Amino acid sequence: MRTTIILKTASNYLLPVLLVFSIFILLRGHYLPGGGFVGGLIASIAFILHSFANGLNKTKELLIMHPGFLLPIGLAISFMSGLAPVVLFDLPFMTGLWSHDPVAILGSVGSALFFDIGVYLVVTGVTLTIIFTISESA
Amino acid sequence: MLTAILTGFLFSIFLVFTGRFFKGKLSILASLIPLGLFVYFFQFIPAIADGNVIMKSYEWIPSFNVDLGFKLDGLSLLFSLMITGIGFLVFAYTSSYLKGHEYMDRFYGYLASFMGAMLGLVLSDNMITLFVFWELTSITSFFLIGFNNTNPASRKSALTALGITGIGGLFLLAGALLLNNMTGTYSISEMLTMSEAIKSNEFYFLAVLFLFGAAFTKSAQFPFHFWLPGAMKAPTPVSTYLHSATMVKAGIYLLMRFTPVLGGENIWNTTLVIVGGITMLYSAVHTIFRTDLKGILAYSTISALGILVFLIGLGTQEAFLAAAVFIIVHALYKATLFLVTGIIDHQTHTRDVTRLSGLNKIMLPVGIAGILAAISSAGIPPTIGFVGKELTYEASYHSESMVIFLMIAIVLTKIFLLYAGFVAGIKPFTGKLPEEHANTKAPGFILWGPPLLLATLGIVFGVAPFIIESSLIKPVVEALGADASEMHLALWHGFNLIFILSLITIGVGTALYFIIKPSEKLEKGIARLDFIAPENLLEKFNALFVGFSNFWTNFFQNGYLRNYISIIILFLVVLVGYIMIGNTNFTIDYNSLSKITVYEITTTMILIAGIFYTVFTDSRLAAVAAMGVVGLSICLIFVFYSAPDLAMTQFSIDTLTVILFVLVLYKLPKYLKLSDYKTRVRDGILSTIFGLIITTLALQVLAEPVSKEVGNFYAANSYIEAHGKNVVNVILVDFRGADTLIEISVLSIAAVGVFGLMKLRLKMKDRRRYADTSLNVENENKKK
Repeated sequence: MRTTIILKTASNYLLPVLLVFSIFILLRGHYLPGGGFVGGLIASIAFILHSFANGLNKTKELLIMHPGFLLPIGLAISFMSGLAPVVLFDLPFMTGLWSHDPVAILGSVGSALFFDIGVYLVVTGVTLTIIFTISESA
Repeated sequence: MLTAILTGFLFSIFLVFTGRFFKGKLSILASLIPLGLFVYFFQFIPAIADGNVIMKSYEWIPSFNVDLGFKLDGLSLLFSLMITGIGFLVFAYTSSYLKGHEYMDRFYGYLASFMGAMLGLVLSDNMITLFVFWELTSITSFFLIGFNNTNPASRKSALTALGITGIGGLFLLAGALLLNNMTGTYSISEMLTMSEAIKSNEFYFLAVLFLFGAAFTKSAQFPFHFWLPGAMKAPTPVSTYLHSATMVKAGIYLLMRFTPVLGGENIWNTTLVIVGGITMLYSAVHTIFRTDLKGILAYSTISALGILVFLIGLGTQEAFLAAAVFIIVHALYKATLFLVTGIIDHQTHTRDVTRLSGLNKIMLPVGIAGILAAISSAGIPPTIGFVGKELTYEASYHSESMVIFLMIAIVLTKIFLLYAGFVAGIKPFTGKLPEEHANTKAPGFILWGPPLLLATLGIVFGVAPFIIESSLIKPVVEALGADASEMHLALWHGFNLIFILSLITIGVGTALYFIIKPSEKLEKGIARLDFIAPENLLEKFNALFVGFSNFWTNFFQNGYLRNYISIIILFLVVLVGYIMIGNTNFTIDYNSLSKITVYEITTTMILIAGIFYTVFTDSRLAAVAAMGVVGLSICLIFVFYSAPDLAMTQFSIDTLTVILFVLVLYKLPKYLKLSDYKTRVRDGILSTIFGLIITTLALQVLAEPVSKEVGNFYAANSYIEAHGKNVVNVILVDFRGADTLIEISVLSIAAVGVFGLMKLRLKMKDRRRYADTSLNVENENKKK
């Protein structure tokens, strides 16, 4: 597939910008529109755009590991954020835990944020795995 | 007690890591596990004999009333001792029987898990726990029966056994749920106190039916008996352990356990007597037509199980006593005969009884064991078998009705069983040694020790029945809810009608043994009747079922995506449309509508244009792009109506969908017109109707008075309880976080599925390519 030089150049800059944007969306989710699900989708779009411009192999090199590995990692983070109250404070599964003092930029940090990070990783992993696999077999 | 049950499972897990050390000479050490458990249970005998019942309960799922409740009374003690005692002998025997077998560690693993499951089954006081262990015995026995997994017949009989006993397990679960519904508890001890209430309940009949379903399948009662002869494909230690002493007795155990709860009613007793009677006679007669030693033993086992069911059905105090004694009798002689058969098979490599005789010249101890067991099975004094038979006759003789009929059935059964015992235990060891077996090697002590020990016990208990009387038998009878204080076991009952019947049985049976010689002719003769055997009927039904499923699947799952979608939509249209017709009326309140803005009109126009372009374009890629336009227009509408979260997600999803489509379409051939004009019109009409219905449905939902309670709760509490201002997100990650957790798990599974499917196909392709190249290389070589 031939790609224009404009897309190629742009994608190199767009990738980090989009990734930062996706993390921004993820973090603001608690107060404003956004969240792990949308964030994950945006992150995967960023990588897919990169792969369109530079070829799948380049993107894979960039990722170092197969996006499939994000699935267990994400699931584990989400699950552990739910498990934390059980283990640490003997509260029911998925009780929200919150830090007392708000953190700069993020606002008050709680277990829900880690849960959302897990969702973010899983969604990215799922989308990239499916799309990479299908385009590889194309 | 929990530790005792779990020991078997723990040992098999332990074997996973240390298995290779247990394949060699150390394998006999595995038998220390059942031996230890036997000693553990043995020390309970004095306490149980005094009438104590030991209860242990561990909390498991309190919200469902399910706990790990265990109860050790006379009944469970007898079974536990049998499971661990015979288990010990079988474990030891196996170490020699399967010497040098590649998967010996695996075998021990299965066997130990089975033992654990079986112990759990007989000790459980909670019906759900009972069900779990019941199913575990089915599953572990599946692995044991199919142990020779390279043999298709072995695999098939393992599946049959699993199927039949598995269905029985479902019956047990249904029975447990029903009884829980009736009594409000899963505890069998608590049900005992509610026996009267259960019997007068309108669902009593159904509960009995479910328990019968479970017991009859597990204990191989007619017409479910056929899995047991099939299961003889298993290595002999398995047949010994599962199919004589333990697993098939689980059904008997269940019936005995529930006798005080459900028994005493007419339906309970009559059904058991009839089913048990048919089973015992039917399979006892069958033994004549078998030449495979294990086949003979299988049918005589079914017959013995039938006798037990029959005795439980008689329901008198005497019958319970007879049943308790007969369980011990049968376990002792049948396990012996199976072990003896295993030795014969192991040494001579045949189990064909027509080719076996005179083996006592080579393996005298085995012969002694076989003959002793045969005598016990025949009920010749002074064996425990004689005591058991006398009790059985007496119980049938004192039954309330149909005495003559019952007596004939039981005496005939016993005559045939005597024949079967003689053929299996005496025939191979008497007469002339055929030349083909002249060079047979003598078995080692580990092989002949266990059967000899069991057979000797049969004599010891016969001569001195008081050993087991108050220690084992009486507690069992008491556990069945009968008074055992007056009972007394004795070898000599006096010269009466029963004794005369015993003499007749022995005489006729022995005569039968000398007249009828097992032969292939007889076996072939009975094979002609196979077409009405339950097994065959079931197989025909299976074939029919498979045929129908094939037709059904091909009809609906024909591989065309468009047909799937049409069918799903058609189904919805018919179902929803049917309800809507007559229930829908339209009124439009023009005053309540908000003003239409210019950008709404524009977006809708674009949306409609996109739809038409999708439908009528000649290019796939253009159709996909146009669908993207439709999706983005909807996004815009979400934005207009203040649902930014939804719009964002929709936007990303739409982008990805288009990408995904393009990737797939890239592989397809250039646009072809696959559907003709007619189908297009048909699909068009279908989708228009579907669209209309969904629109109406959506409008109807909006018209319903909405309960704002839930929404208000989330809106009010999202910041207070979850520190979040974005209610949508708070619901997703906090209030309903568990849902999200499950959703992302499903997503992951989907991704893994896609990955697996595509990669698998790629590999196939690679393989084919490789095969092609290797062919080419060959061709080139030929040219040279």
